[in-house]
Parts: sequence; structure tokens; C-alpha cells
Amino acid sequence: MEYLDEYRDPEAAKSLIETLHRRSPFDRQIRLMEICGTHTVAIFRSGMRQLLPDWIRLISGPGCPVCVTASEDIDRSIWLSRQPEVIITTFGDLVRVPGSSSSLHRERSRGADVRVVYATLDALRIAEENPSKQVVFLGIGFETTAPTVAAAIRQAAAQGVDNFSVFSAHKLLPPAMRALLDSKDLNLDGFICPGHVSTIIGAAAYEEVVSRYHIPCVVTGFEPLDILHSIHLLVDMVLKREAKVINQYRRAVKWEGNLAAQRLIDEIFEPADATWRGLGMIPGSGLKIREKWSTFDAVKRFAMPVIEVKEHPGCKCGEVLRGVMTPPECGLFRKVCTPGDPKGPCMVSSEGTCGAYYRYQG
Amino acid sequence: MDVDTVQLDQGSGGRATHELVEGLFVSAFRNEYLEEMNDSALVSVGPGRVAVTTDSYVVDPIVFPGGNIGSLAVHGTINDLAMRGATPLYLTAGFIIEEGLSLETLRMIVLSMAEAAIEAGVFIVAGDTKVVHRGKADKIFINTSGIGIVPDGIDISGRNARAGDVVLINGTIGDHGMAVLCKREGLAFENEIRSDSAALNRLVHSMLEVFPGIHVLRDPTRGGVATTLNEIASQSAAGIRLFEEALPVRDDVAGACEILGLDPLYVANEGKLLACVPPDAEEPLLRVMRAHPLGRQACRIGEVVEHDAGRVFLRTRIGGHRLVDMLRGEQLPRIC
Repeated sequence: MEYLDEYRDPEAAKSLIETLHRRSPFDRQIRLMEICGTHTVAIFRSGMRQLLPDWIRLISGPGCPVCVTASEDIDRSIWLSRQPEVIITTFGDLVRVPGSSSSLHRERSRGADVRVVYATLDALRIAEENPSKQVVFLGIGFETTAPTVAAAIRQAAAQGVDNFSVFSAHKLLPPAMRALLDSKDLNLDGFICPGHVSTIIGAAAYEEVVSRYHIPCVVTGFEPLDILHSIHLLVDMVLKREAKVINQYRRAVKWEGNLAAQRLIDEIFEPADATWRGLGMIPGSGLKIREKWSTFDAVKRFAMPVIEVKEHPGCKCGEVLRGVMTPPECGLFRKVCTPGDPKGPCMVSSEGTCGAYYRYQG
Repeated sequence: MDVDTVQLDQGSGGRATHELVEGLFVSAFRNEYLEEMNDSALVSVGPGRVAVTTDSYVVDPIVFPGGNIGSLAVHGTINDLAMRGATPLYLTAGFIIEEGLSLETLRMIVLSMAEAAIEAGVFIVAGDTKVVHRGKADKIFINTSGIGIVPDGIDISGRNARAGDVVLINGTIGDHGMAVLCKREGLAFENEIRSDSAALNRLVHSMLEVFPGIHVLRDPTRGGVATTLNEIASQSAAGIRLFEEALPVRDDVAGACEILGLDPLYVANEGKLLACVPPDAEEPLLRVMRAHPLGRQACRIGEVVEHDAGRVFLRTRIGGHRLVDMLRGEQLPRIC
């Protein structure tokens, strides 16, 4: 494929890896976190980890939207699916995530109407086709998906589709990065910043993290050469004790991001405190629907009960999401927790760290 | 009364059924066995072992670029026979039709089944039709069963892969699955992605002519190349190593997979075969495969190894290794 094969060129990749090896040895490990689940998967798929010098440690972060969705939000989604005359619409991965006592997948086999959509506007179309039903879209995702959800709400309002609502569990990445750095047990040297999220928020969004914590950030594309290039840039900065934002993924990410998408998010949503699986409550790290649009807010439309959350006692998804534990260190991994029978979200999602270890590392 | 859709009474066994069967199925599939119109067809199969298989087809949408549920139902069952080295001879066809299916669509499906059968040189010798209430089936489901003859001396099985074998494929991967998915989801790309649905029996025949000692033949349908190779690795208690740069993927399929977050290794094929053969058979086999219209892009994609029994590994373009696990559940599109 033109424009992609250049970033997969084996010879260029090998020479970047060799150059890294020639830079060693160092007196300590350099710890870099790839925040985004798509990066985690790209790193595994290319088999890059075993080719890097052992003084570089790649740590997978909390950048899989399904994985960081709080158990109580999963349980509330399941509760919604059990309400009469309700159609749940969602992106695929969420369906199999186990809640306290069930999953949307299981509810569907019991008769709940749970439909996987590829785009938020498909959910709106389902609402138009089923005027006697309540259609709820589960808004799970980062800044990448939030604009499309905002667009769907605006369109629903314009078209007077009053049986459509959104259960917003959107998350914002920069506040989570701050929370990770505040937790002190990670000792990170740099961030491989997400590509997709950054197309919306821009490389500029990481400047605050960089200046407050003096940590290098490189916005990175998803091909092997992108990631290797970013590792070089991060290692350079670490060695020079420099901290700045570098935009490696300039073919897709603008410094200021997508201003139209940012305005759309801001029109429909406002920042709110949000609970992340593994990271707990992070101030200002979520998006809730503004009062003006509250008729499309599922939280306002349905009287949701408080649900007592029960997570699998052995599940270490929280530790994995914070990067303080790797999946094989979890007692459930491979033994009782597998993609076929997942106990935690990191095993379910195609972008989850446990799933990636399971699928690609053997 | 002239109606242009299938009615419930056309599956009731009475006159309406008779008219549908005579007027459409028998006239399309026309052959001496079927025309006897008895409760079962009598066929002769000649010497050799008899291969038997059955498969049901429920593809949605029923018409897709490069084929439809009818041609697929014929190709798929023929391919299952061919993958044991059998010469397919006879098929049966069972139809479950949802009331209200347009007769024109049904006719088109039946005619393409007839055409596919003629092309592959098999007879559809028996059939059955049921019509169910609207909503009790989705337009049309087809079951086909088939029998064929395996000549003496041919021993092809998923258990026969041996360390040292090379893994060959007859062309690009993922075409069928992406054609169906793009059609179903209304995803439009610059060029229409076409299914590779095809009967492989003649290709297999010419392969067996130059090398009857083929160890394994499998068609990587649901679950794709990755899943089929995992099955072979596990049945043969051997490891399989794939070479990423050798995997043939059409540009449009690769692009569509990229956008949807899918891996072509897990996407279904309906006109592809994987062969495990001793290394000295590679060259003559590739030559005869590439001379056949269904094997022009035939190539070697991997090898069978002694270590890592039951597992499939991929050597990546940049020289790393990763596991290629079996598909679990549905391959889902990414959400961010």
C-alpha cells in the first residue's frame, strides 16, 4: 500500500534497531510508556519488543477505552439493556466485557436487544427506524470518538429524534497521564503519545504535562518505523535531560489538532470527574453531556440505580492499566482468564494489553 | 394468480411445491438422476474411497460482489471434497426459504448454482425445499452435501504435515470476507472488492497429477488462514512458521482491513487452498498452480517446523516473531 509500505520498510527498521543497540550500554533502564492500545498491538504485531536492546523497557498504558471503563459503568450498561423496550447500541468490544454478574453478550442471549454498530450515526438511524423503542448509545472512548457522538446528538436534536440518548462514559487522556505521573510508582522516562487521539486534541495538548512533570512526549504514528523513530527521539531527549513535545506523526496530527472537532466536543460535552478502572477517580478526566442537551443524556432519561460492583477478586487489570504489572504476572492470566472466557476487560478488548500478550506472545 | 415472491404453499408439498420444483429447480439442475423424480437418487461412484461432506450456507447479504449464496453453496462443498483429494461427483441441495423472497432472486441463485455445478463437473442429484413464515429465516438458507471419490494412493489429511514441509497458497488472502463485510456494512472503496468464491477441484486435480504425495490440503474459510493453519499445526502436532512479507494480500483488501482494524490472516476465503508439501515438490507444484486460472499468484508463505508443536508463528517484516493464535469469537472492528 502506498503511503504505508514506506513506514514498514524492513531495512530501515533494522537499521534503526541496530543504531539503538549501538547506543548502549546505559547504567539504567529507560522506561517508556505507550499510552494507546493501538500502539501496544502494533508493537506486538511487529515483534518489536524482542528486537529492542534490553535497556529500553516499553510499558503498556491505559489507552484502551474499553479497558479503562469503570465496572460500575459496565454494570449500568447491563442494567440499561434489561429495561423494557430499550435497544442498546455499542461498538463491538464492549459487548463481551464482564460486569459484576453478567455481560451485554450474555444479556443478548437472554433476549436483550444489543446491537453492534460501526458508527454513531448508525445508532441514530436505528432510533429513527424504531420510534416505539428507546435507543441508547454507549459512549465509550477517548477524544477520538467523542466528536462523532457529539455530532450524532446534534443531528438527533436537529431531526427531532427524541427516542435517542447517549450513556456518556468518555474519557480524556491528558488528565490520566497526569494521574499516572502523580502516582510515583511508575518512574517513567517518556510517553509514546497516541496518534488517533492526537489528531483531535493536537500535539499541543501534551505541553502542560511536559512542563509540569518535565517528561518527554512524542506523538507517534502506528507503523513500525513510526514507533522506532519515536523511541529514538525519546531516548535522545532522556539522555540530554530535555523535555518537550515532538510531533513524529505529522502526516496526520496538527500541532493544534482538529479545531472543528474540538469545538463540537465543547458544544455538547463538558469535562467531568470520571472513574477509571485501575486509576480510580481522576478530576476532569471524563465528558458529561451539557445541561442544554440533557434530553439526550441516558443518565437523565433513566433512573439508574446504584449498583454494587463486584470485580473478579484475582483480576489485576487495574495494575496492568497503570503499567505496574505485566499480564503474565497476574495469577489469572492464561489459567482462568483467556479471550474465550475473559475475567477482566484487558483480556476482552482487541486493544487490551492482556489480549495482546495472549494473542501475540504465546 | 401471478405472484413474484415465494409463497408459503410453495413449501407445503402440494401442487405449488411441485410447480416450483419442476419449473425452477429441476429445469435448472437438469440431469438424468434428478429427472427420475424418485425419493432418492441412485448413483454409481466407481472404485476408490467415498468422501462425504455437508455444509449449510447462511451468508448475509445473499448476493455479494463475485458471487451469491447459491454459487457459494456449490463451491464450498466441492472444495471440502477436493481438500481430501477427492474428485467431487454428486451434490444434494436443501433450501429453507423465507416467505416473500423474490422469485427473481431465487431463480438467479438457483441458476448460478447450476452454472457453478456445470463448471465444476458435478451433478446436483437430489434436493428439498421448505418455505417458512416471514421472520423465521433470513431470506434463504441453503444446505449442500456432496460425495466424491478418492483414488487409491492419495492420503491427504490435516494430520499429515511434517517438519520440513513448505506451506503453499494459491493466491491472495481475505478477499471473500472483505467483499461480504463491505457489502453488508455498505462500505464503499474506490474499487469493489470481489469474493474469490470458486471451485478448486480442477486446480487440485492438476496438482495431484504432478505430485500425488501432497500431505495436507485445507481451504481457509471461516477464521481465515490463521485459524486453518492452527488446526493443521494442532492435528499434525507440528509448528508452523509464516513469513509476513510473503503473505499475498490485495491492496484494496489490505486497505479495507487497515481501516476496519482487521487482520487479513483471520478473514475468510472461499477460493483458496493451503497445501503442506515436501520441499522438493514446491517447485513443480507452484509451476502447475500458476498455470491454472485460480493459482496465478500461488506462492510459498511458510514452513512446517519441529519446535512449537501445535502453534503458528509469524516472522515479521522487521525480523521479529509473534504468535498467530486461532481466531476467538468474532473479529471485531476497533473503536478508537
